[in-house]
Amino acid sequence: MAVGSPSIPPGKVNIPFYRDTRIIAVIVQIVFAFLVAVGIWYLYSNMMNGLRQANLLPTFSFLSVPAGFPIAESVIEYNPSMTYGRAFVVGILNTVRVAVIGIILATLLGLILGIARLSDNWLLRNVALVYVEIVRNIPLLLQLIFWFSLTRLFPRIQESIDVGGLIFLHNRGVTMAWPQVGNDFDTWMLWVYGGIVVGGIFYVVRRIQFIRRDRPGVALPYAFLIALGIALLGFLVTYLMNGVWPISLSVPVLQRFNFEGGITITNSFAALLIGLVIYTAVFIGEIVRSGILAVSKGQREAARALGLTPGQTMRLVILPQALRVIVPPLTSQYLNLTKNSSLAIAIAYPDLFYVANTINNQTGQAIPVILMLMASYLSVSLLTSLFMNWYNRRIQLVER
Amino acid sequence: MRKHIILVLAGILSFVLAACGGQAQQAPTTAPAQPATTAPEQPTAAPAPTAAPAATSAPAGGTSAQPAAGGVIERILSRGRLICGVNNNPLPGFASVDSAGVYRGFDIDFCRAVAAALFDDPTKIDFRPLSAQERFTALQSGEIDVLIRNSTWTLGRDGALGLDWAPTTFYDGQGMMVRKDSGIETLEDMNGATICVQTGTTTELNLADQFRARGLTFTPVVFPDGDSTRAAYDAGQCDGFTTDKSGLISSLTLLSNPGDHKILDVTMSKEPLGPAVRQGDPQWFDAVRWIVFATFQAEEYGITSQNLDQFLNSDVPEIRRFLGLEGELGAGIGLPNDFAVRIIRHVGNYAEIYNRNLGPDTPFNLPRGLNALYTDGGLLYSPPFR
Amino acid sequence: MATEVSRPSSRRAPRQQIGLIEWLRKNLFSTWYNVIITLVLLYVIFQAVTSFVSWMITAPGWPAAFTNIKLLLTWTYPVEHLWRPQAVTGLVFLLLGLSSGVWGGIVRMVTFGAAAISAGLGVVAFTFPDLPGQTSLPGWLFLFLCAGLLIGSDQLALRLRDRIRWPLIIAWLLSYPAAIVILRGGFGLPVVETKLWGGLMLTLLLAISGIVLSFPLGVLLALGRRSTLPVIRMFCVLYIELIRGVPLVTVLFMGALLLPLFLPGGESIDALVRAIVAITLFSAAYLAENVRGGLQSIPKGQIEAARALGLNVFQTTLLITLPQALRAVVPVLVGQFIALFKDTSLVVIIGLVDLLGAAQNIVGQPQWLGTPGGVWRETFLVIAAIYWVFSFTMSRISKRIEDQIARSRH
Repeated sequence: MAVGSPSIPPGKVNIPFYRDTRIIAVIVQIVFAFLVAVGIWYLYSNMMNGLRQANLLPTFSFLSVPAGFPIAESVIEYNPSMTYGRAFVVGILNTVRVAVIGIILATLLGLILGIARLSDNWLLRNVALVYVEIVRNIPLLLQLIFWFSLTRLFPRIQESIDVGGLIFLHNRGVTMAWPQVGNDFDTWMLWVYGGIVVGGIFYVVRRIQFIRRDRPGVALPYAFLIALGIALLGFLVTYLMNGVWPISLSVPVLQRFNFEGGITITNSFAALLIGLVIYTAVFIGEIVRSGILAVSKGQREAARALGLTPGQTMRLVILPQALRVIVPPLTSQYLNLTKNSSLAIAIAYPDLFYVANTINNQTGQAIPVILMLMASYLSVSLLTSLFMNWYNRRIQLVER
Repeated sequence: MRKHIILVLAGILSFVLAACGGQAQQAPTTAPAQPATTAPEQPTAAPAPTAAPAATSAPAGGTSAQPAAGGVIERILSRGRLICGVNNNPLPGFASVDSAGVYRGFDIDFCRAVAAALFDDPTKIDFRPLSAQERFTALQSGEIDVLIRNSTWTLGRDGALGLDWAPTTFYDGQGMMVRKDSGIETLEDMNGATICVQTGTTTELNLADQFRARGLTFTPVVFPDGDSTRAAYDAGQCDGFTTDKSGLISSLTLLSNPGDHKILDVTMSKEPLGPAVRQGDPQWFDAVRWIVFATFQAEEYGITSQNLDQFLNSDVPEIRRFLGLEGELGAGIGLPNDFAVRIIRHVGNYAEIYNRNLGPDTPFNLPRGLNALYTDGGLLYSPPFR
Repeated sequence: MATEVSRPSSRRAPRQQIGLIEWLRKNLFSTWYNVIITLVLLYVIFQAVTSFVSWMITAPGWPAAFTNIKLLLTWTYPVEHLWRPQAVTGLVFLLLGLSSGVWGGIVRMVTFGAAAISAGLGVVAFTFPDLPGQTSLPGWLFLFLCAGLLIGSDQLALRLRDRIRWPLIIAWLLSYPAAIVILRGGFGLPVVETKLWGGLMLTLLLAISGIVLSFPLGVLLALGRRSTLPVIRMFCVLYIELIRGVPLVTVLFMGALLLPLFLPGGESIDALVRAIVAITLFSAAYLAENVRGGLQSIPKGQIEAARALGLNVFQTTLLITLPQALRAVVPVLVGQFIALFKDTSLVVIIGLVDLLGAAQNIVGQPQWLGTPGGVWRETFLVIAAIYWVFSFTMSRISKRIEDQIARSRH
């Protein structure tokens, strides 16, 4: 190092620019950005050249063209005369449907599994362990194909297994009786809204009273009961006035080919849901287990010493504390479940990936389809993350 | 801080590494380049059958054939093998692998005809099994040279997918298979039925169109591959199974109880099946087109692989032109003059190809129907070879 | 493991010998609801086990899996070249055996486990007929030789020890390209096209390629994400989050569709290469996050101490931070390898025939049409067992390493 002359203050040594880290940092970043840009441009121009030669320049105009292909199940109304755009939305909604139901069921099963793994019953503990070790070491795709193949063993639809005339099991899925909206449904809904309003007012009034008297008290369950009571009363009144229930039960009747009435859960959907739930629950179970173990033993002992039963200890003391450890890894399991639902293509459930794949086949527009596909998955992931982060913050606040 | 620099270098290195990794992987996949079109001369007389093995190693071309530089033909010749896209699901009669691991079938024979025309050797082929979804992408990306995989020629595919279709080799139509005990006779009987269909096919679209036109509803059960579709129908998960009639006939042999099923007497669509190539190389397109026509023309002249040698001595001008004994007809399309001879010798004419795979001596025993020469009331018609 | 989780009551001091009755009362029938749970579970287990065993005995479809064992292991890899996968297995086992002699510990345990499994399978393989036209070793002989090779090279390395330490590390690094060359051919060996590859061989190859090839990229991404240069950090964050936000099938789908388009002149890329590239790009994002976790766990004092000793940033990263970080994340990386091993089954969707693909093909073979109910249960059960054995063993190894690291910290 050169020794600066005493006339120059130490901080103002003249460093040549190529040794100034601040300048180098900027230069390096510019070079990096340049290289990335050149790389992307190179790939992009190759791609566009190839596509131009093949007369396949990317465009989104196909989205407003009728799709022409049928989709087996849909949350919203869909038929082949509707557009590709609509078909894509059907795919997104099908993914959301299986993901939401799957997440709820997997959480419940995971919770049970996590608690069972810590049970003081030796048999239960080890049955849970065997379940975990079997399921998590076998590929999900294989499990899905297994469940789907299993549905083939059920009888044909004409020879369905009849459970009490309300549920029918067959190799195309499960058909069951389902509530159906009657003519007077709207009249009854007025009662329901009324119930909610009355219950709400009751709740607010009670809360104000509690605050004024500065005493704790229970208001919400009573408010809920009041709302429910009014709704039930309305249900009865509507029936008495018109002689028809506002909600009736639609019982499936076997027609020539399929059941009429009720709802049918297709075997594809059932297999996908079962597979996803069973697989994800294992990972959730492990998270729950480690979350519970993370709560210090003193907490449990103190709760027991206060006279709480084991069930109460778990519900009121352990779980609320464990939740804080559980929620962040839980989020990534929820995201995994959503992403794993893309395996539906192997078992004919028309999820997002399946529909996107079909659109690509019919239109040849690979680039727009891939862009839309990625954007959709990223948004679903982002929404789930945002929700879970919000929830995480909420339970963290309880602590303070 | 210098830490920055290191990390930046690391970042850049990552790209270099990724790039190198990618190339190292690709390197072995490209065949060593051979100089193309170096055969010094084409025998003026058609090679005698005994000379065929000797000629197999000689690439096509010669003085007469001039494949366009940078074109598909040049690429195939320098690679030394044709890459032909075929069906990945066994479709007996059209494309399937026998117990010895050899590809056989109607579509396969047309792949062999193309290879025979180019190399005088029908074995210089790599078959690339393709699913319904990936077939067009494989062609667009240049992964395969020609797609001969029971693919229907439609305006949409011809235009939007950037493909070109050679003449139809098999006129097919979409049919419907049902159980005999279902009592279904016509499509109108199928209102509300569940129907198994394969995705990524015109079949899927035709099915929807046909039912919509008749005001019928149906529930589709759609699979990405033919095997699963058939298995679902076989298990009774669908009331009907629809695909091209040729496919239905092949599938029938693969059901647990073929006797329980029947094919309805309805044709839901026109399905002209033929070889497809990527748009952008007219010479290659012409070559494939005329290779197919050559099989039609050979049947029309009555030239078979058996009696070819007699015809090689023929004095009839149009037969001499067809067999490349006179004129320079092959050159314009980048093929050797005797390409028709090569096809007939190694693969045969259209009738031989048809009978070998689908004819009366096969389990399918499929009548020629539309797939007969125009002289017999069919649709096979070759433009003149002159 | 559950047995490690002790409930409070079992820790009661002083410990005393308890009888069987006492044990049952404590562990199975301690409360009224435990009595119910135990009885219900006993009934369910009894039913499940008896019906499963009786099905196992009567199931007609076992021949489907066992006559097609060659398809399951190597799919359509030419019979006359089967010695090549055998040679690769031998190479890996040789290196493993040598490493076991040099390093001992967990490597030793893995080696002896592999030897025992090979010998055990060798006995089973005795009953299988050899393939016609096979120029390689018969299966049973090969497996016995493998077991011998593992033990033998272990013993050999015990004597050589330190002398072969570095050559061995270099040999491991070269083993991946060497294995690819042996399997694919070139350099004088006839080429076996990758479209003939498949089965378990492909599954393992994809998983190993995924980890090996994504390793450099993943480490760089992890370092980049911790960089203080915003452009580079943003790029790494964007890449990692983008890939982690979408399912593997989407990435495979992109690999299959886009990769050919990205290259000039419509060059064709091998379908297997496309899958490997997609899996590598996918795996790198996850690997980066795992390594980042390891980097974060390094105390700042380590870096400061290194700098105080006069090491520059490059040296600090390479010699101090990274080795510690990588050591800490070894169990996580094994976990990622297991996940990748299972996830490679998704290549079925883009048309490659891995272990699962081979099984699906076997189930569809026309000769099993007459079997009532099909042969899918038996076939899938066999491949499920193969998947299970591999990933369960690896997860045990990962757990061991984890415990060892945890112990060394104390």
